[in-house]
Amino acid sequence: MQNNTDFPLLFEQTKPGRTGYSLPPLDVPEMDLSEVFESDYIRSEPAELPELSELQIIRHYTALSRRNYGVDSGFYPLGSCTMKYNPKINEDVIRMEGFSHVHPYQDTKTAQGALELMFDLQEQLKEITGMHEVSLQPAAGAHGEWTGLMMIRALHEKNGETQRTKVIVPDSAHGTNPASATVAGFESVTVKSNEEGLVDLDDLRRVVGEDTAALMLTNPNTLGLFEKDILEMARIVHEAGGKLYYDGANLNAIMGYTRPGDMGFDVVHLNLHKTFTGPHGGGGPGSGPVGVSEELAAFLPKPVVRRQGEEIILDEDRPDSIGRVKPYYGNFGINVRAYTYIRTMGPEGLKRVSEYAVLNANYMMRRLSEAFDLPYTQHCKHEFVLSGRRQKKLGVRTLDIAKRLLDFGYHPPTIYFPLNVEEALMIEPTETEAKETLDSFIDTMLEIASDAESHPEIVQEAPHTTVVSRMDETTAARKPILRYIPE
Amino acid sequence: MDFRYLPMTEQDKKEMLQTIGVKDTEELFSDIPEEVRLKGPLQIKEPKSEGELKAELAALASRNVTMKTHASFLGAGVYDHYIPSIVDHVISRSEFYTAYTPYQPEISQGELQAIFEFQTMIAELTGMDVANSSMYDGGTALAEAATLSAGHTRKKKIVVSEAVHPESRQVIDSYGRGQHLEIVTVPHKDGMTDLQALEDAVDADTASVIVQYPNFFGQVEPLADIRKIIDAQPKAMMVVSSNPLALGFLTPPGSFGADIVVGDTQVFGIPAQFGGPHCGYFASSAKLMRKLPGRLVGQTKDEEGRRGFVLTLQAREQHIRRDKATSNICSNQALNALASSVAMSALGKKGVAEMAHLNIQKAHYMKKQLEAHGLQVIFQGAFFNELVIKVEDDADALNDYLVTQGFIGGYHLGRTDDRLKNHILVAVTEQRTKEQIDTFARKVAAVHAKQY
Repeated sequence: MQNNTDFPLLFEQTKPGRTGYSLPPLDVPEMDLSEVFESDYIRSEPAELPELSELQIIRHYTALSRRNYGVDSGFYPLGSCTMKYNPKINEDVIRMEGFSHVHPYQDTKTAQGALELMFDLQEQLKEITGMHEVSLQPAAGAHGEWTGLMMIRALHEKNGETQRTKVIVPDSAHGTNPASATVAGFESVTVKSNEEGLVDLDDLRRVVGEDTAALMLTNPNTLGLFEKDILEMARIVHEAGGKLYYDGANLNAIMGYTRPGDMGFDVVHLNLHKTFTGPHGGGGPGSGPVGVSEELAAFLPKPVVRRQGEEIILDEDRPDSIGRVKPYYGNFGINVRAYTYIRTMGPEGLKRVSEYAVLNANYMMRRLSEAFDLPYTQHCKHEFVLSGRRQKKLGVRTLDIAKRLLDFGYHPPTIYFPLNVEEALMIEPTETEAKETLDSFIDTMLEIASDAESHPEIVQEAPHTTVVSRMDETTAARKPILRYIPE
Repeated sequence: MDFRYLPMTEQDKKEMLQTIGVKDTEELFSDIPEEVRLKGPLQIKEPKSEGELKAELAALASRNVTMKTHASFLGAGVYDHYIPSIVDHVISRSEFYTAYTPYQPEISQGELQAIFEFQTMIAELTGMDVANSSMYDGGTALAEAATLSAGHTRKKKIVVSEAVHPESRQVIDSYGRGQHLEIVTVPHKDGMTDLQALEDAVDADTASVIVQYPNFFGQVEPLADIRKIIDAQPKAMMVVSSNPLALGFLTPPGSFGADIVVGDTQVFGIPAQFGGPHCGYFASSAKLMRKLPGRLVGQTKDEEGRRGFVLTLQAREQHIRRDKATSNICSNQALNALASSVAMSALGKKGVAEMAHLNIQKAHYMKKQLEAHGLQVIFQGAFFNELVIKVEDDADALNDYLVTQGFIGGYHLGRTDDRLKNHILVAVTEQRTKEQIDTFARKVAAVHAKQY
């Protein structure tokens, strides 16, 4: 099936007899394993893994890396993903042997350095979010959402309010919100947005009730707009007996300006791989700590990292805890990076992060509104959403614009999300980009808009310069090939 | 103060504010109500320079005993294995680690192909038809397998062997509460799943049976017998949690008719990192392909007919299905899957088998040494690289002593199982030398005989 223009797979380069490893010789007397294991349990056919030399493997992956694009390659304004610079000191710190080679089941007395870091990170995150307690357990944002909802559920159950089965989610919410609600055993109910792109308070009043477990909200929302009526929303939900859940995906907009705890949120999750510079790693690993109000602290997942005298301990004795959400203690490696970042920036630095993230976004929004429809015109926070409906009338879809950006060496914005904007382009520049970068990107976008009018085919047929052109995704889904099978 | 990650100059700021038409950045935050405004700076630590911070964190790191400062015989799901040097060099390519999910295939072929290769290698090792791009870890992967089996069979009862990792069982319990699953635990007997109890537990309501292979005690569960018990219920599924390194030697669960195989690839190229991030894997039979959690990469062609890769079957996933999704996983462990792919490629067909063989040989040598010193090795079935000993003394005190002798001792099973107080799970990997094994056995025996 491979033709000569195809980039070879590891399995197509393999040659029996080549090795890329170095293991020590067996230094103990060898046993005959057929005496120990029943023959049915001894693998008869080896797994077909590749056989390559070390250099061949390195060349393979180096070539693959060149067919990939990261923040270090160029501008990556992928909305809601906060693709900011990933500092290199963070990578050095997690590679320190004292962090990378600590076993989770060592006696805690022998891992006080690691535990001290976790405890202090919790303290820093408590202050940044304004919450009473923080747990670093959840592995990613969606995992944090589920953890937070399970705590809310446990609280309602403890209070005998088992009828609270519904989680309210705005129509502009990330897809994970309703999915997490379902996985936590709730039913989700949608609350509409108003003309300003904010939660419609009347609709919120309509949907809350005795069955409300929680409202999940990101603030600023996915349109990049601050829910200015947050206190009224909190009042509506709390008076109905529900809890307020903060999706921290967009925290990058408000650090040092306001805190979820002060806005009335009961549970918060953070995406340390977004706001706090954990690298996105091609899709993970992330880290999704949760913060809670005092009322919910007893329900935090086990174990809880806390100080006891001079020592930091892992507290397993938590009778009201929702239990364990993950083996061990969370994605420590990502937490170390986040801690390093917070200690690099300090209070003034983190506030400036939000200030500049917001300034960059507003600047881009105003300049781009020359050529693209801007459905919501108020000041945005860290991101904004354009509509490609003007270009669509010319036969150029948002997908085409995204693909054309590839030709100019940019990663496109998030597209077709949020769902309540037609032909959406969701742009988040982050604070780590220089004005020159923003200007070049804006000029490119304006050029694409102009091309859409004068010669749309160059946009419609894009990309023209990438290693592959548009993929046949329909066949990929209809006749899935999910692994290599030799001919 | 200046910050090296923030390129904004006063001049930039002035020009940008002018374009926006506001006088200062405060105006951009005017929609935040006064009542919720933070008054004064955040009360967090003041920043440090790069050099000072690195020195401080190095000092903190040096307070930890590590598997490099001490010879580790601790496993219980996290192991000290050979990590080829090339692994860190590959994952340090910032085209990989600073990218996000490959939503734009034209500029993400590198990541997509690497994941496709990962899926292939996992399917090969487990003997399954397909594998996904990764899960958070082995524990949550197992919980997702339980959820999938309940959804697929429309049954609510999950039968879990007590010889499955205790923390994984606790995670299954937590997930199970969300999904209103009935979790039934089958006890262990002689270090293995009690087959009679299993047979009694499996009934018409059973969605799946979950076992670990090799199990938490290192013992090789009789998957053929377990499959037969499950077969009494035509709908019930067999879910196996498996250390993928062991599958370099053991017959893969797929050959015994497993429906889902999950586990953690920490054994391939991922350092312990105090428990995470590691990397879960999720493999299944072809019939479950459209129900798998997480991301899947599929092969296809571009407009010119060139082979390429895309994220596929996305209709399963949370961002499309929203509240109809059966899993909410979004971010996964892509970079660690890449690390494991590099390690698996380096070891290759021969090396994975050789490494598994070294583990078995050394662990069995340890058994002989301990027994020669009069220690009781508790379970007598075939095992991979872990074995259980019973000590007279307090197991925690023994481990404290071993640290002073340059060793990280085994896992005290009494931590989670009252029946196994002062039983220690000892792991022996290919990293341990004969000399270390001999010394360790001697020291443990000396404490046991109160001769230290």
